[in-house]
Amino acid sequence: MRVTFTVNGRRQEADDVWEGESLLYVLRERMGLPGSKNACEQGECGSCTVRLDGVPVCSCLVAAGQVEGRDVVTVEGLADFARQRAEQGGCAGGVCGTGLDEAKRWAAKPASADAQSGEKAELSPLSPIQQAFIDAGAVQCGFCTPGLLVAADELLERNDSPSDADIREALSGNLCRCTGYEKILDAVRLAAARGESHTSGQGA
Amino acid sequence: MAGVTRTPTHLTQGGKTRAGIGESTLRPDGTLKVTGEFAYSSDMWHEDMLWGFTLRSTVAHAEILSIDTAEALATPGVYAVLTYDDLPTGVKNYGLEIQDTPVLAHGKVRHHGEPVALVAADHPETARRAAAKIRIEYRELPVVTDEASATAEGAPLIHENRTDHHIGHVPHPNIVHRQPIIRGNADEAAKRADVIVSGEYVFGMQDQAFLGPESGLAVPGEDGGVDLYVATQWLHSDLRQIAPVLGLPEEKVRMTLSGVGGAFGGREDLSMQIHACLLALRTGKPVKIVYNRFESFFGHVHRHPARLWYEHGATKDGKLTHMKCRIVLDGGAYASASPAVVGNASSLSVGPYVVDDVDIEAIALYSNNPPCGAMRGFGAVQACFAYEAQMDKLAAKLGLDPVAFRQLNAMEQGTLLPTGQPVDSPAPVAELLRRVKAMPLPPEQQWLTAGAGADVRALPGGLSNTTHGEGVVRGIGYAVGIKNVGFSEGFDDYSTARVRMEVIGGEPVATVHTAMAEVGQGGITVHAQIARTELGVQQVTIHPADTQVGSAGSTSASRQTYVTGGAVKHCCEAVREKVLQKGRAKFGTYHPAWATAELLLEGGKVTTDGGEVLADIADVLQDEAIDLELEWRHRPTEAFDLHTGQGNGHVQYSFAAHRAVVEVDTELGLVKVIELAVAQDVGKALNPLSVVGQIQGGTTQGLGVAVMEEIIVDPKTAKVRNPSFTDYLIPTILDTPTIPVDVLELADEHAPYGLRGIGEAPTLSSTPAVLAAIRNATGLELNKTPVRPEHLTGT
Repeated sequence: MRVTFTVNGRRQEADDVWEGESLLYVLRERMGLPGSKNACEQGECGSCTVRLDGVPVCSCLVAAGQVEGRDVVTVEGLADFARQRAEQGGCAGGVCGTGLDEAKRWAAKPASADAQSGEKAELSPLSPIQQAFIDAGAVQCGFCTPGLLVAADELLERNDSPSDADIREALSGNLCRCTGYEKILDAVRLAAARGESHTSGQGA
Repeated sequence: MAGVTRTPTHLTQGGKTRAGIGESTLRPDGTLKVTGEFAYSSDMWHEDMLWGFTLRSTVAHAEILSIDTAEALATPGVYAVLTYDDLPTGVKNYGLEIQDTPVLAHGKVRHHGEPVALVAADHPETARRAAAKIRIEYRELPVVTDEASATAEGAPLIHENRTDHHIGHVPHPNIVHRQPIIRGNADEAAKRADVIVSGEYVFGMQDQAFLGPESGLAVPGEDGGVDLYVATQWLHSDLRQIAPVLGLPEEKVRMTLSGVGGAFGGREDLSMQIHACLLALRTGKPVKIVYNRFESFFGHVHRHPARLWYEHGATKDGKLTHMKCRIVLDGGAYASASPAVVGNASSLSVGPYVVDDVDIEAIALYSNNPPCGAMRGFGAVQACFAYEAQMDKLAAKLGLDPVAFRQLNAMEQGTLLPTGQPVDSPAPVAELLRRVKAMPLPPEQQWLTAGAGADVRALPGGLSNTTHGEGVVRGIGYAVGIKNVGFSEGFDDYSTARVRMEVIGGEPVATVHTAMAEVGQGGITVHAQIARTELGVQQVTIHPADTQVGSAGSTSASRQTYVTGGAVKHCCEAVREKVLQKGRAKFGTYHPAWATAELLLEGGKVTTDGGEVLADIADVLQDEAIDLELEWRHRPTEAFDLHTGQGNGHVQYSFAAHRAVVEVDTELGLVKVIELAVAQDVGKALNPLSVVGQIQGGTTQGLGVAVMEEIIVDPKTAKVRNPSFTDYLIPTILDTPTIPVDVLELADEHAPYGLRGIGEAPTLSSTPAVLAAIRNATGLELNKTPVRPEHLTGT
């Protein structure tokens, strides 16, 4: 079958998709987006977490056919997603999430436009949570990182100053075998703190 | 190697060369990893590639009567189906030390999940469905699953006709290896004991559970060879095992490390390497194999489960008199690293304590259980679980504080191991215990401190909302351990580094090329830091790891920063000397310091050790490049005597101490680990950020085995019952507490920069500390890992 959906703001088509293929397989093997990882393919580890119409899901548990006409954000599109959210005012505190309509309206800028205009160097190529993971030493082997980033970014979108218990609850579906999670907590706290200082700076 | 260690502060304090050793430099692959662009082995892709799939045995021990592949081969989209009969050469087995592991089962299967046949097809599902059409007729054989069944009279032999070099020293062919250690006279010393404690301990089978599954891509070459892109821990060890099976000279099997999603010992043995190459060479097309999680549990060896019997004595003033122990490790169907695990378990069985009179025996079994081999801590983990429980028992019996009792018996620099080898570098065991005990304790009943009432998320059971604090008790436990660093027992544990220095765009640039497997531990970060420090350049390129450079040895045994880091340092020093030679030849006449002073490379310049600049490195080199490849070895070790266990078998030791604080819901048997504090001596923290990350990660794996991790094998059928992340549990962020880390840096004068291998030690003492805390909370004896609710509630 043919499946057509939006990935990181761009319309994509996949042909000859077998009925049992997962969204994860289609992203990785048909669309050349291997950022979502295949650690368990059972919905247990969270390494393949993507946003489906704004909602974090394990893409290994989503049949490709289910995403027809819908909107997917993967780790490859996370930086653009976060940038556009910031430009549009983001979500100021509390639980807001991304509504279905909002998610459908969202579209990434084509990466090639950045490259052609030569502006890429000026724009931070990373979202705040991506930069925080690097700075906090939360990346070791990095296999769990894409899923954690998508989940953590969604947490911060809902709750810009999460408590440790909030962070643990939000990331409890994402396994990491290398870090002991302490630096992952650090990274989320760091991204939240940077977000706050950014906001308070603007407010003052 | 000793004596040439330069004071690193010389090179970093000037602030000219940034991101040298001692700094928390960020990972060079960090950006790629957070954007999803980093190519792990399962991300490899090639136009027109096929997918390989492995058919595995559904029984643990059986004769293979027939294999019918016709229907599978006739499936549309299938390009090849291979069995044992299709192997191209007479070499049909492989193995790290003993070549007893079949590439594909021939005649017999010896464990559940053993590879029997291979399929290559144009879609992974096609390959899986075709494999399901292969018909195998088995005649099941009785299974051997423990020491009693393995050594019983008439027990089936797992490997009939064994010929390996251990066969002369083992009491039964179903025993892989045996290492006794006798020192002093334990029976005589026992007479001096005022108290004697003994215990039997059971350590469950742990899985490495690295997140990136076994995977890789084999691409057939035009020359009849093959290019293999794969996640592994030791490229050259793989190569040595792969090439003979394929019937190719090693130079025609070109291996490149692809992104590795964790390893922890589970990638020391081959998994899909030969299978992918066979399918690629047969079909003439690139073949990718990616295990799913179910298959991953069958695709790599696990940590040896163990039974340990211990007896210790002590005088009433708290001094250990003697120790006797017997350690039985279950190696499963194939040898893998079992002989070396036996060596570690026996030689480190007494722990970081002074005990002069010991009687030790460790063995590893062959059985029909899943093969076991390397995992973080490698034999020392199981022993630490037992001896630390013994220390608490002794302290309790003597009415002494468990930490004070340990400190009273703690080894120091100069203490002899049971092998007679002196520990000839700092051994701050008492100090690590002191430090971990001195760390502030978490607040009592912290679930009440968050605000109004209890936040259930902080309680045992968490969001399941199983308690509001009633029936919850707290306990505190301590443990400390000793782990050897590097390969022991006379192994030629060398590494190779190639360093090139040249001028690009007016700047001196270094390229470091090694075959070291970066598995997440941060070796590439450290290599760049070493090159910056030694060569005074800012820009360092880390060449991808492949077999075009000499072996780096394995990324295991906490050895890689020591040995390959040592090789990089050694090679950089030689390159530096060449730069200085060129400088003397070009500019020596202009300044007397070229001939008389000790010269450094720093900030892109040649300087005197007083900081006077003599030349730009760029001017010295101009358009010439310096390119050297050198091997480097640590000081040699020797084999343990097979009868007495005596010998200088180890290179270096690593020490960590833990304090665990737990809360237990005694009604439901649920455990919440509140905090796991660590103190560890790292010799020299080349990258403090990475050091702490390694310590916290190792601690968490020890926590896992304490309370949840175990591969469960049915004792009647030897079948694995929980090969999935649904049923094999590893700690989540909710299960993992705060892990404060106190890092001590006591230099080992024998090691590069004084460093100590760090990756494994924190895995040792974490488990017994958690167990001690649960015992402290509940008063139960608890001699088995993992502790399950039924052990706490007696149901």
